[in-house]
Amino acid sequence: MAEHAFGGIKIRELYKIFGPNAAAHIESVKNGLTKTELNEKHGHVLGLRDINIEIPSGRIQVIMGLSGSGKSTLIRHINRLIDPTSGEVLVDGVDVVKMSETDLREFRRQQTAMVFQKFALLPHRNVLDNTVFGLEVQGLPQSVRADTAMRWLEQVGLKGFEQKYPNQLSGGMQQRVGLARALANDAPVLLMDEAYSALDPLIRSDMQTILLDLQKEIKKTIVFITHDLDEALRLGDQIAILRDGEVIQQGTSQDIVLRPADDYVANFVKDVNRGRVVHVEAVMQPLAGHAAPSGPTIAAGTTIEEAVRLLVSGPEKDVTVVDPTGKPLGVVTLRQLAGAIVSAHGTTSPSAAAPAMAG
Amino acid sequence: MDWFYKFPHMNDDALRSLKKAIDEGFRAFTRSYGDTIEFLFSPLQHFLIAADRFMTQTPWPIIILLIAAIAWAATRNLRIVGGCFVTLLLIGYFDMWDDTMRTIAMIFVCTVLSIAIGIPIGILMSRSNRVQRVINPILDVMQTMPSFVYLIPVVMLLGIGKVPGLIAVVIYAIPPMIRLTDLGIRLVDRDVLEAADAFGASGKQKLFKVQLPLALPTIMAGINQTIMMALAMVVIASMIGVQGLGQPVLKAIANQYFTLGMFNGLAIVGIAIIFDRVSQAYGKRLQKHREIVHG
Repeated sequence: MAEHAFGGIKIRELYKIFGPNAAAHIESVKNGLTKTELNEKHGHVLGLRDINIEIPSGRIQVIMGLSGSGKSTLIRHINRLIDPTSGEVLVDGVDVVKMSETDLREFRRQQTAMVFQKFALLPHRNVLDNTVFGLEVQGLPQSVRADTAMRWLEQVGLKGFEQKYPNQLSGGMQQRVGLARALANDAPVLLMDEAYSALDPLIRSDMQTILLDLQKEIKKTIVFITHDLDEALRLGDQIAILRDGEVIQQGTSQDIVLRPADDYVANFVKDVNRGRVVHVEAVMQPLAGHAAPSGPTIAAGTTIEEAVRLLVSGPEKDVTVVDPTGKPLGVVTLRQLAGAIVSAHGTTSPSAAAPAMAG
Repeated sequence: MDWFYKFPHMNDDALRSLKKAIDEGFRAFTRSYGDTIEFLFSPLQHFLIAADRFMTQTPWPIIILLIAAIAWAATRNLRIVGGCFVTLLLIGYFDMWDDTMRTIAMIFVCTVLSIAIGIPIGILMSRSNRVQRVINPILDVMQTMPSFVYLIPVVMLLGIGKVPGLIAVVIYAIPPMIRLTDLGIRLVDRDVLEAADAFGASGKQKLFKVQLPLALPTIMAGINQTIMMALAMVVIASMIGVQGLGQPVLKAIANQYFTLGMFNGLAIVGIAIIFDRVSQAYGKRLQKHREIVHG
């Protein structure tokens, strides 16, 4: 794939209705029939309504929602484990919905890999043989399979466990196998369906670190499903919040925390540790002129928590926020930073409009 | 009120001619196709004769060592191997060696045949609910119909001998094989199947890499049941000329030879226990990886 840049994923006007006669109701749903009405009048369940998401290549798109919000249904449309009732799913420019059986199989082998909530490892195979599964299905020769698998097992920290069976491993280690199995495929798209939801918090945090570290090298297009907002904020370059089958907000972690689209999202984010999410640009006083930075500087994109850590250990002075090229953007004080952590509204002043939110 | 006390059945004459028509039809069918059918089954006969010859003509110490070696390979359990050894020695000491060998040959061929036919049917059944709905009642009939009844058409078609005996035994013994293959495949975890789909596995890859391996413990239970049921049919099969431990039992029933019946009966029990323990221990060893080592 070196000569061809992967084109990302585009989901357009995707609808999914569950029921024996789904296609018959699609028009009325498009014309505004609600989920409850559809269920009561026709006995069909609305899974997804008008989903439009663009995922650029090499980014982590988190899809967040509570159970029943349709997030697992949505991710299964990307490799068409579930067929949509209407809409398009373009992966690298090709509509998955229109693929023939054979094309779809080839697409799943080459373009996508998936990690599952319940690991879904093959209990009769040891760790190594589980990891090679995708490559085996592709029909690669034995020697290539084992080499690739060993490399990825090492990457996820499972060297020495190749001969163990899944039942001999803890949940966290089983999911490492699941991750290695998916990565071994070397597909541009990595689908992670609540991959870490079954793990306990410490292990989950470890696994998030592994994923973020790996992503720096592999630069896959990752779709990550979760019901955990902290996980979403930590991993997501972009986040889409799903409720009752509809996207109610899309944006970066900054957008979600600073400008929740409605009360539902606001309620979600109210307990978030803002210091770890919000960036300094959101609280700084933007520079009017082009004064050269005097004194200490801090990079744009630093979280408030890190900024506070830097400020409390240095001299008591304003700090200039600079962009990656060194151009000063604004000034921030310890007082402003502290205020942003404690007050839910302190960061929503008009001046907080952070630049370049689009991913 | 006569109809109230006596079931108003079909007219006697009509009933008689119906039965006669069916009988004659079948007889005509036998006369015209009997040879062809016998020809179709001749590979089975060769297989049976070869198995029989191998078991009866190989010197007994070699057979005992062979069985002990198979038991060891399958179970890795010295107690089971020792049990097989002692059972076989006792059978030989009480002069039932040849009959036992014939019975084992028969059971072996029956089991191979049941597996070869039963697993594909079981797979078909697991793939379609419609096929399952059709095959299930047939299996019910095969299991509950008294075996004497289906001996009749088999004997009419193929006469007395090994092959009709084999067919009768297989009809009786194959249902658990089919049912448990079907069940085993249907019980395979949906999550694992979905994962196989997500990685782009074809139907064949899913069957051989996921479904059959995961269904194997259940399939092994089916094989075990099939062997047990085949052994139970040995005496009935001997009525149509299958040699082995069944024939002395039949003779014992006819002449009220208590001890003869008892000895041969016990020999059947002995080899049943050998087959059962060995196949079960093998099945268990196959799923060693399922033992939960980590909570």
